[in-house]
Order: sequence, then C-alpha cells, then structure tokens
Amino acid sequence: MKKLRTFFKGTYLGLMLCFLYAPILVLIVYSFNSSRTMGHWTGFSLSWYAALFHDSMVMEALTVTLTIAVLSAAVATVIGTAAAIGIHSMRRGPRVAVENISQLPIVNPDLVTGISLMMLFAFMNIKGGYVRMLIAHITFNIPYVIFSVMPKLKQSSNALYEAALDLGCTPLTALWRVVLPDIMPGIVSGFILAFTLSLDDFVVSYFTTQGVQNLSIYIYSIARKGINPKINALSTLMFVAVLTLLMVVNLKSIKEEHKAAAQAKKAEARS
Amino acid sequence: MKKLAFLLALLLAAGLFPGCANTGTVTLNVLNWGDYIDETVLDQFEEEHPGVKINYSTAASNEEMLIKLSAPDSIYDICFPSDYTIEKMIEKDMLHALDKANIPNLKNIDGRFLDLSFDPGNTYSVPYMWGTVGILYNTKMVREPVTSWKILWDEQYKGQILMYDSIRDTIGVTLKMLGYSINTRNAADVEAARDALIAQKPLVKAYLDDPIKDNMINGSAALAVVYSGDAMYCIGENPDLAYAVPDEGSNLWFDNVIIPKTSKHYAEAEAFINFLCDAEVAKKNTEYIGFSTPNAAARALLGADITDDPTYNPPQEVLDRCEVFRDLGDFIEVYNQAWNHVKSA
Repeated sequence: MKKLRTFFKGTYLGLMLCFLYAPILVLIVYSFNSSRTMGHWTGFSLSWYAALFHDSMVMEALTVTLTIAVLSAAVATVIGTAAAIGIHSMRRGPRVAVENISQLPIVNPDLVTGISLMMLFAFMNIKGGYVRMLIAHITFNIPYVIFSVMPKLKQSSNALYEAALDLGCTPLTALWRVVLPDIMPGIVSGFILAFTLSLDDFVVSYFTTQGVQNLSIYIYSIARKGINPKINALSTLMFVAVLTLLMVVNLKSIKEEHKAAAQAKKAEARS
Repeated sequence: MKKLAFLLALLLAAGLFPGCANTGTVTLNVLNWGDYIDETVLDQFEEEHPGVKINYSTAASNEEMLIKLSAPDSIYDICFPSDYTIEKMIEKDMLHALDKANIPNLKNIDGRFLDLSFDPGNTYSVPYMWGTVGILYNTKMVREPVTSWKILWDEQYKGQILMYDSIRDTIGVTLKMLGYSINTRNAADVEAARDALIAQKPLVKAYLDDPIKDNMINGSAALAVVYSGDAMYCIGENPDLAYAVPDEGSNLWFDNVIIPKTSKHYAEAEAFINFLCDAEVAKKNTEYIGFSTPNAAARALLGADITDDPTYNPPQEVLDRCEVFRDLGDFIEVYNQAWNHVKSA
C-alpha cells in the first residue's frame, strides 16, 4: 500500500514537472540545431548563439527590456513601499478604501491599462517611446509592490517603531533603521515580482511604446518571417540566468537558516 | 529626503528629454516588418549621411502599421505597408507625395512593377519586395504536376493539405479556383468560396501561418498554400519540395516604402528611399530576406542560379495571370463573415 502511494506521488510529481519543463527543454535543444527549422534536426551547432550576439536589433531590444525592468522595478519599489507604509498608518475606514483602490489595477486587464496609458500619453504629449514604456511599467508595477509589502507591515507590530522613538530615534531614522529592515523581505519580493512582471510584459509595452521596442515586441514582429533559433538561444540564456539567480538566492537563504539554527543550538547549550 | 526628491526629479527630467543633447542630428524613425532588412545597410546609411540617425522598429501586420501611422502623435518617417494598405492610406490622405527629384535611383526599379493599381504613377510609394502566392508541394508525395488550385480539393491528399490562416489569402485563392477576381465585391462569389472552403475542410490538416514552413520541410504535409519567398526558403532546406503558381492565377503582392504625411523630415526620408533603391543595397536586402526584389539593377548583380529560379523570378506569363489585392473598404465585412463560417464549420 505504502509503495503504491509513493509510486503515485512520484508519477504525479514527475508528470507535473514534465508538463512544466518539457517545452523549455525542446526550446533549449533546438537552440543548438544547425538548421533554422524547428523539428528538423540537422546537427549540433553553436552558430545561433554567435548570430545572436551579432544581431544588433535583438541586443538593442534586450537592453531595453533589461534596463526597463531594473529601473521600473526600482522606482516602483520605492513608491510602492512608501505608499504601503502610508496606507498602513491610516485610520481603518480610509485605509480599507485606499487599499482596495490600489489593488484594482491588478485585476484590470493589461489591455485596458495599455490603451488608457496610450491615450494619456498622447493627451499629455509625452514623446519618447522609452520614457513612455518606463512610466507604464512603473505604473503597473506599483500595486504589486504594495501587495507584497502590506502583509509584512500587518505582521510587524507598531510597538517596535514606538520603542525606537522612545529610545531617541527621529521618525525618519526609526523608519530607516527599524521599520524598513523589519519589512525588508516584503520589499525584496516586491522588487523581484515587479522585475519579472516588467520582463514579461507585452501588451502594455505594445500599446504605449513608440519607436522603441523590447524583446517581446520584437519577437512578436518577426512572426511573419518566422521565429528563428536566435530567439531560442536568447531564451535559453535568459532561462539559465534566472535559474542561477534563483539557486544563488536559495542557497544563501538555506545557509543563513543553518547558521541561525546553529546559533540557536549554541545559545541553548550555554543556558 | 529633499536630496532624494531632487535626485528623483533630476532623473525624471533626464529621462523625459532623451536625445536633446545632440541637437543638429535628424532622427529617422523607420517602421518595418520584423526581420525584413539587412541590418548592415542601416549602418551604411548612417555613415553616408552624417547627421542622420536611424531609429528602427518593427511591426507584425499591415493593420498595426496603419494604427501606428494614424496615431495623432505618430513619430514615424518611413514605413513598408503592402499594396491594399497603401490604397487605404492614400484614401485617408495619410501619405506624403514623393519628390522624385530626390529619388534618382527610382530608375533602377523594373518598369513592370511601377505604376500599379494601388498607387498609379507611384506618387506615394516605391516597391520594396514582391512575390506571388502559390502551392508548395512535396514531389515525393505528389506525383502529378500541380497546375490548378483544385488539387487542394483532391480526396487523395486528405489530411496532407495545409491552408494559410489568413482571410484574404485563403478566400482569394478559392475565388481564383472558382474563376472570380480576388477583389470581388459580389457577395454571391464570396459565398461560393465560403462553401467550397467548408467542403474542403475535412481534407485539411490545419490552418496555419508560419509553422507551414516547418511542416513542409519536415515532410509532414504534402501540399500547402505559401508565399513565394517562403517557398524559396523551404525548397532550400528540403530539395524534395517544389513551388507552382496555378493556371487559374493567383495573388501578386508588393511591400512598398512610403513616407507618412506626419513626418517632419521629408528630405531625409526621401534620401533613405533613394538609398534603398541603390542596386548594391537592394541586392543585400533581397539576399538577406529571400524575397524577390523589384530592383532590376540589383537583379542584374545576382547569380543566374537565383534569377533563373521560377519561384524567385517567375516568367511574365505567370505575372499576367496574377492580380494585386485592392482595398475592399467596408465590403471586407462580407469576407470576415465568410471566414468565420469556414473556421467554425
């Protein structure tokens, strides 16, 4: 019986992982194909990787995607964290109202966000596709930052902040040295969320940009001539980069947990 | 905190006015199809025209180009729409009438591809690439000669036929098979095409666009409707494949360079069009893209193996059988409805 259970558990997990990763695996395999055609293996080659780095159009789009992701996530994190702290200290009635209004854009379809921003930019006569895209990405990132900082604020107690004031902190130093470190995990996850959302975005960028394109828009536009394996190569590199980043972050937190556990043990032994 | 606010304001200000630092240079905003130019020619143009910088971006469809160019704050100076879209743009008075004195290289363009129905006298546009629509077939699976669209309705090839997932192309070839014009504005003709397509549906493996190429190269289908440029590429990958434009005729298409009226740099844009019509530049582009060039001087520079290829350079009698798409105005709704019926049948 127990064997059967572990068997099903294993197959279930295996199937799930297979569904999740098989497409990526296919993509990676075909990035090493010497032919341009998918599903037509003609031999191992790194030529698409070489071609990728010589393709100024793709490299430009990649630069736009990455800089927009970093800048918009950073700005949205600052604004979103400040907003969350402000909302948290409101009285109950207005707090609930503002909290809900600030979360509305999350359920709003991208299409609506994109078109309304496009019209706003045209109305305000903001030229420059890069600035437009950046403002748009900051806009849709802010609610997600608030969303991930808010629970941390709710978990932490006001007593810490008040104690800091009692011990002589000015409100600003108390914010900087007590409140922010306390909610730091929420801020970091907000930043990462904002970064990945910006990296992913197609619809909002598509409607707001003008003459500047990120990767998703570029890839969409080459559909008429056909996606070529350069894009596979690029996707492979990005997948590997994100994977390493995640592994480094996770390993670090595992190490820290071990350290904390060891310290706790020591303290126990001493008492 | 004040410092931070100041810094933020500075950052925003710097972001809002990019490119203001280098006044004196003109930026040409070019909107093209994705992967539709040899990028090295862009650098070459910037070298030959100091003071002109190219900002290149891409679009996926004619409709997208139309929307982008008609936006009230459009920034584009050069675009490459297809024939029927140009007709629509002319009708909406969106295009700048070219100053031919600035485009002496126009003489390089083959006379057969000038003065076409969608822009008589080439007042607004210069052809960039062209091609036909036809049948790509696998000679190992199709033994008989392909001369008619009717072969796509042959029971013998059930489950091995790929149709193009595009309203005007697919209804267009069906209209041709039935002996009508691809630009018909007669609802009965379109309905006849619709019924023919519904009758054909059990034989069709799939309605696809880009993946048609992969399927044909793999040999997982026997017959497909494709553009000649894509056919060239597929035949290069799999020599068992062959391309034919059926006797009933077909669609002849053109992508063309235009300057929208909203451009603020007519002279520089015309210089860019002139540059694209240069024989060497046009040769580079046709070699990179793999589609046929309307540039006779460029064709003269190509190898005979390419120019003698009937897929790349079909004989005049094939062109005579073909029609160019016209803008259908509101009548396109009838096509849309017919297509919805086919897709949901």
